[in-house]
Amino acid sequence: MAKVLMKGNEAIGEAAIRAGCVHFFGYPITPQSEVPEYLAKRLPEVGGRFVQAESEVAASNMIYGAAGVGMRVLTTSSSPGISLMAEALSYIAACELPVVLVNIMRAGPGLGGILPSQGDYLQATKGTAHGDFDLIVLAPDSVQEAVRLVISAFELAEKYRNPVMVIGDGMIGQMMEPVEFPDEVKGPPLDPGDWALTGCAGREKRIINSLYLDPDFADRHNRKLKAKFERIREAEQRWEAYNCDGPCDLLVVSFGMMSRICKTAIEELKAEGFKIGLFRPITLKPYPYEALRKAADKAKRIISIEMNMGQMIEDVKLAALGTKPIDFFGMAGGLVPSPDDVVAALRDSLKKAGAGGKAR
Amino acid sequence: MKKIFSYTEGLTRRPTHYCPGCTHGVIHRLVGEVVEELGLRGRTVGIAPVGCSVLAYEYFNCDMFEASHGRAPAVATGAKRTRPNLIVFTYQGDGDLASIGMAEIVHAANRGEKFTTIFVNNAIYGMTGGQMAPTTMPGQHSTTSPGGRNCDEAGYPIRVAELLSTLTTPAYIERVAVHTPAHTIRAKEAIRKAFELQAEGRCYTFIEVLSTCPTNWGLSPRESEKWLENVMMPYYTLGVKKRPEDFDGGIFHGKH
Repeated sequence: MAKVLMKGNEAIGEAAIRAGCVHFFGYPITPQSEVPEYLAKRLPEVGGRFVQAESEVAASNMIYGAAGVGMRVLTTSSSPGISLMAEALSYIAACELPVVLVNIMRAGPGLGGILPSQGDYLQATKGTAHGDFDLIVLAPDSVQEAVRLVISAFELAEKYRNPVMVIGDGMIGQMMEPVEFPDEVKGPPLDPGDWALTGCAGREKRIINSLYLDPDFADRHNRKLKAKFERIREAEQRWEAYNCDGPCDLLVVSFGMMSRICKTAIEELKAEGFKIGLFRPITLKPYPYEALRKAADKAKRIISIEMNMGQMIEDVKLAALGTKPIDFFGMAGGLVPSPDDVVAALRDSLKKAGAGGKAR
Repeated sequence: MKKIFSYTEGLTRRPTHYCPGCTHGVIHRLVGEVVEELGLRGRTVGIAPVGCSVLAYEYFNCDMFEASHGRAPAVATGAKRTRPNLIVFTYQGDGDLASIGMAEIVHAANRGEKFTTIFVNNAIYGMTGGQMAPTTMPGQHSTTSPGGRNCDEAGYPIRVAELLSTLTTPAYIERVAVHTPAHTIRAKEAIRKAFELQAEGRCYTFIEVLSTCPTNWGLSPRESEKWLENVMMPYYTLGVKKRPEDFDGGIFHGKH
């Protein structure tokens, strides 16, 4: 298929359709509202269901219901809305249902603003909601990669029967880029297998439930969920290592759109003779700790650059295990660092690393 | 010997955990009988609430969800919209439906979701130990209204059947009781009608069932029946609140 120029949010909606998902439940919130707007028009054309819920609380429980009857389903929202969906995500993960949700992040905390942010990193990867469970979290750096990762999210959700979040800052949702979709439209909807509630005609009744009054059973279920995430950790880590061949003065760690701005800054400093690598985790969860550690081994110093006040840096520290000094640069509240801002931050770090560049 | 009464296939054989004198068991039985008698069991999905009937998923002999507190109507929406051939019902108490889940029930009813709600109103939170519910009667003692419900602070009890009947979309709304055999027979007719309308593809159907809670009311089962009759029924009047033929939305269709 030829490339088309498309807004990120609309491309995410179309990607879900190409992944064979024709059911959407959601609620308007800036800066992701173009996803429900696009799907309200498109889903009836492909025989699907679009429902505008009364709230994110309801939308997230609607996807619980749809996934529970064995149907492929999507919801999307933005930061404050994701907080409202957290309750249902805990239930969905507990019940091992395959759903995909997209968080087009806006600046917080509180009602915050409507401009881009990466302020939900820790919420997505660590403490999404009550109890022991793990999401799979994918972070695209372009509209094209958002399309690829949305399709991949449905595959992972069904492979592991686990909720998968695609997380992008507001820029991914709002900007237009050339994008290419696969010609193939996936289908049919996921195999109801031996768990979906499809009516008990000809078989024993099934229950989808997360009440575990027996503590031994509850402990076993928690161990089962953790063992599943260990399998995900083994098999599904993804990252991009840019300019990481050989020793470098500095290793930048950055994800999503922020990493593209970092690349521009790195190229600018390359002309001055500085060797700077970029490590971009694509799976924020499972986080590619080992790969980052290997990249960090070749660097004098590390800097984590994020559109927040320093969230992913906690994982960078876990990866480096105290072997290298780690700096941070970030902006929050909706301000997007410019390449010049990043160059200035990198110069600071390079100075601390004792890197000289070309003699001038 | 002629067999005149037996188990219903609509319920499992599992003994329920309900307290003596509680009418959840009767209401379960009526729903189970209706689902069986209408031949719908093999394509029915029920949704249990949080509260006393949280374990309803063990008792109904059909595919069952257990939802988070108050969200059963949203779960039902997701299930029914994506698999319209299923028969879907939510079974919810008054804390679940009339308090934390008020937004979900009103909007599911207003969208005309094609499922059935069995709403069990016993004027109290049972499972958590007898706290005040939105449906608790004026002056009724509970663990969080130790001096009796003070309507100056807590407002008056919410009549959910009447509230939902102000909406244009729902097809059928009725309030029934099960504290006498005659009321129980009428309640079964109402539940049957709701499931029949759903099977015909009609919009939302809602049956409110007045129920007893001897444990948390601090009354004997017999006294509880009298309290329900004398205190609850004058406020929560029985009867049909909305019928399919009451639909008045047609004149507004597409005339903009």
